[in-house]
Amino acid sequence: MTTAVQVDVAVIGGGVVGCAVARELAGREVSVALIESRGDVGDATSKANTAILHTGFDAVPGSLESSMVRRGYALLSDYAAEIGIPVERTGAVLVAWAADELAALPGLADKAVRNGYDSCEVVDAAAVYAMVPALGPGALGGLVVPDESIICPWTTTLAYATEAQQRGALLLLGRRVTGVAVGTEATTISTTAGEVRAAWIVNAAGLGGDMVDRMLGHDRFTVVPRRGELLVFDKLARALVDRIVLPVPSAKGKGVLVSPTIFGNVMLGPTSENLVDRSDTSTSAEGFAFLTSKGRTIMPALLDEEVTASYAGLRAATEHSDYVVEVDPAQRYVLLGGIRSTGLTASMALAERACDLMEAAGLSLHVRAGVPPPPRMPNIGEAFPRPYQRVDLIEHDPEYGTIVCFCERVSRGEIRDALRSPIPPCDADGLRRRTRALMGRCQGFFCGAEVEAMLREQT
Amino acid sequence: MSEQRATLRPTVAIVGGGPAGLTAATTLRRLGIESVLVLEREQQAGGIPRNSDHTGYGVRDLRTVLTGPAYAERLVRQARDWRVDIRTASTVTDWADDRSLMVTSPEGRLRVDAQAVVLATGARERPRSARMVPGDRPSGVLTTGQLQNLVHGRHERSGGQVGVRAVVVGAELVSWSAVLTLREAGCATAMMTTEHQRAESYAAFTIPGRSLLRVPVSRRTRVTRIVGRERVEAVEVTRLDTGQSMTVPCDTVVFTGDWIPDGELARLRGLDMDRGSRAPLVDTALRTSLDGVFAAGNLLHPVDTADVAALDGRHVAAQVLAYLAAPSWPVEGTRLVAGEGFAWIAPGVVRLGDPPPARSRLLLWPTAHRSVARVVVRQDDAVLARRVLPWAASPGRVFRVPWGLLDKVDPSGGDVTVSLA
Repeated sequence: MTTAVQVDVAVIGGGVVGCAVARELAGREVSVALIESRGDVGDATSKANTAILHTGFDAVPGSLESSMVRRGYALLSDYAAEIGIPVERTGAVLVAWAADELAALPGLADKAVRNGYDSCEVVDAAAVYAMVPALGPGALGGLVVPDESIICPWTTTLAYATEAQQRGALLLLGRRVTGVAVGTEATTISTTAGEVRAAWIVNAAGLGGDMVDRMLGHDRFTVVPRRGELLVFDKLARALVDRIVLPVPSAKGKGVLVSPTIFGNVMLGPTSENLVDRSDTSTSAEGFAFLTSKGRTIMPALLDEEVTASYAGLRAATEHSDYVVEVDPAQRYVLLGGIRSTGLTASMALAERACDLMEAAGLSLHVRAGVPPPPRMPNIGEAFPRPYQRVDLIEHDPEYGTIVCFCERVSRGEIRDALRSPIPPCDADGLRRRTRALMGRCQGFFCGAEVEAMLREQT
Repeated sequence: MSEQRATLRPTVAIVGGGPAGLTAATTLRRLGIESVLVLEREQQAGGIPRNSDHTGYGVRDLRTVLTGPAYAERLVRQARDWRVDIRTASTVTDWADDRSLMVTSPEGRLRVDAQAVVLATGARERPRSARMVPGDRPSGVLTTGQLQNLVHGRHERSGGQVGVRAVVVGAELVSWSAVLTLREAGCATAMMTTEHQRAESYAAFTIPGRSLLRVPVSRRTRVTRIVGRERVEAVEVTRLDTGQSMTVPCDTVVFTGDWIPDGELARLRGLDMDRGSRAPLVDTALRTSLDGVFAAGNLLHPVDTADVAALDGRHVAAQVLAYLAAPSWPVEGTRLVAGEGFAWIAPGVVRLGDPPPARSRLLLWPTAHRSVARVVVRQDDAVLARRVLPWAASPGRVFRVPWGLLDKVDPSGGDVTVSLA
């Protein structure tokens, strides 16, 4: 497709933030296009993070990140319940392993209050071990954060994109932005598959955000891809930990956490390492060694279990400690830059903020009447019944009783639904993000061939 | 507990329709048990041999030589002829109670209440992720199981997962099987890697394998990195003794062997597990730690040949029959422990009055090669037996020790250790 597309607002970047913005805009009286370089939404930074819905208790008080995370937590919690995004309110406990860390806990509780969150509680070592008996020896105390939650990052992005599309937004996938030219009436965005003309543009390009910003003549920030490697342990480890176990943050970052995942596994990570290559999501022997040694201290029994998967994500770190969110009314341009791992939680608040900035700069963004009702997303989390457990569903359609991926218990019906969905997967990885097929402990030993055959038939 | 549509009440429920499960079912019917149910999660029963399109199956159990698919078919036909109720596409997802299973199938959600349960869920190969091999995560990284499903299964074309130049990780029997399957799919094997000093498989196969298939086996090496963003482009192979590494261009990597039992159900019900093999702990009658729940096949000894798994099935059937006649479940017993030179031993419990193990053999997994295998049996610091066995010990295949070596075990004594001198 090489014909030019003409819209009121073009959003660059189909990650969790860009999709949230496109969804929000598509509910207003404007036409919207979402431009994504990859063949699927949520296929870059948004697919590989720690999948936590943050209360924002440990943000920098007064920062934009703090307010966006706080607002985003409320918005996304409600949206998740409405649309079917898996969320589990597991809570978190921050564990102090050294005297200075223990001494820092009251300060963190106080900081949480300054971030508008007042439910944190400092507890002693006995209480910490009562909550997480599998913790390794040496914990001195902890800070309980009852509302930290785990969420499915894949369903979140997909839900935003699906609803955006239902509301009429154009999803332009597989188009990399190669140039931006601001005109008097419209901005022309050149892509690898034709031009897009838009009155306004929103830059939510994540790891490429600074490059798009420079295309518009700015020089405000530089993205440093910060690699975070993670190990995902077998579901049999899930009994070891029922809440997020956080370290006390230090100058070096948030540190390594142990967390249940929404899919019933246990995650250990991330590492934190600045890279140069913005596409290097490889894992490393050094990363594995670091994580296993950390894991042995935090939760020795975890290391007795098998590793089901390992992956690496890249955070869009910048030289600024806060998000870089700015509007240029003359260029009719909004920048949502430097959005790090908290962006998943903050996504809906950032979408709101982007709209507010555009409205203040003169774009009329009335809420549109007659938007279609939101879609219902398939549940791929463990907190609610999965199709294989549902008598009603299987009775109605036996395909939901035909399990194809045994490890993750994904039925033929769910794979079929994903392949026929409004935004179908374009590869096995996309199918995995929609259904969990192939992400289990056998990694395709049993079902790999069959899942691929289904994928080929439909694509 | 979960909701269900119906409850089935077989006398014996067998989880897994591979060689062990099917043979156990047929034998139970032959022994006069009226109602035997086999729950198989695949669309067809038969297990792993269904996709292993080479010969050599059925020697010990059926006294014949068949290809994998023909063998699987024979076992299924036998079971059907004996009116075993084989339910395919039926996945046991969890337990409703002891000896009571929850099942998902296209017919709905079922509950199965049995008087005895046999777990025969087999084993799988450790995939790349569980071996923690770092690097990129491109397509073209397989296990033998997935490779054989792609090439021999119902999926005629491999969809691009199988390329033209492979590196095979491992040099045991299953690794050579992977080489043959790759060749059939038009993919040459550039190299096989093994961490051992000697190739693990039988010399009888390795020598013709090396000369006929012309595959270089790189000893004392390990694949330490996978390179390629979309598709495998190369692997980094590191010499264990020098730390020196080289890059081997390839578009396919097959991780073979390094078997792990599919023991999820056993773990979900909290059965005692063997730390070495990660299998449920059983005694010589193949009883697990849970009353009325038995286990058999490669779930217990990952992995021995299919016919040995099948003979486990025959052995467990007799024990189940005895249990049904007089339900009692012993708890105490003497632990058998894998000593120096072995990763695991199965079964793991011996007891006065229990039968000898299947085929009167203990099965062990060697960790190093020994052309002359001197086996030592110890209990409480006393050497009970010391014998040179007329077969080599080699990592990558099960080592068998005659039951007679345990004749002097004191059932009231401490742990019994079996090691290689």
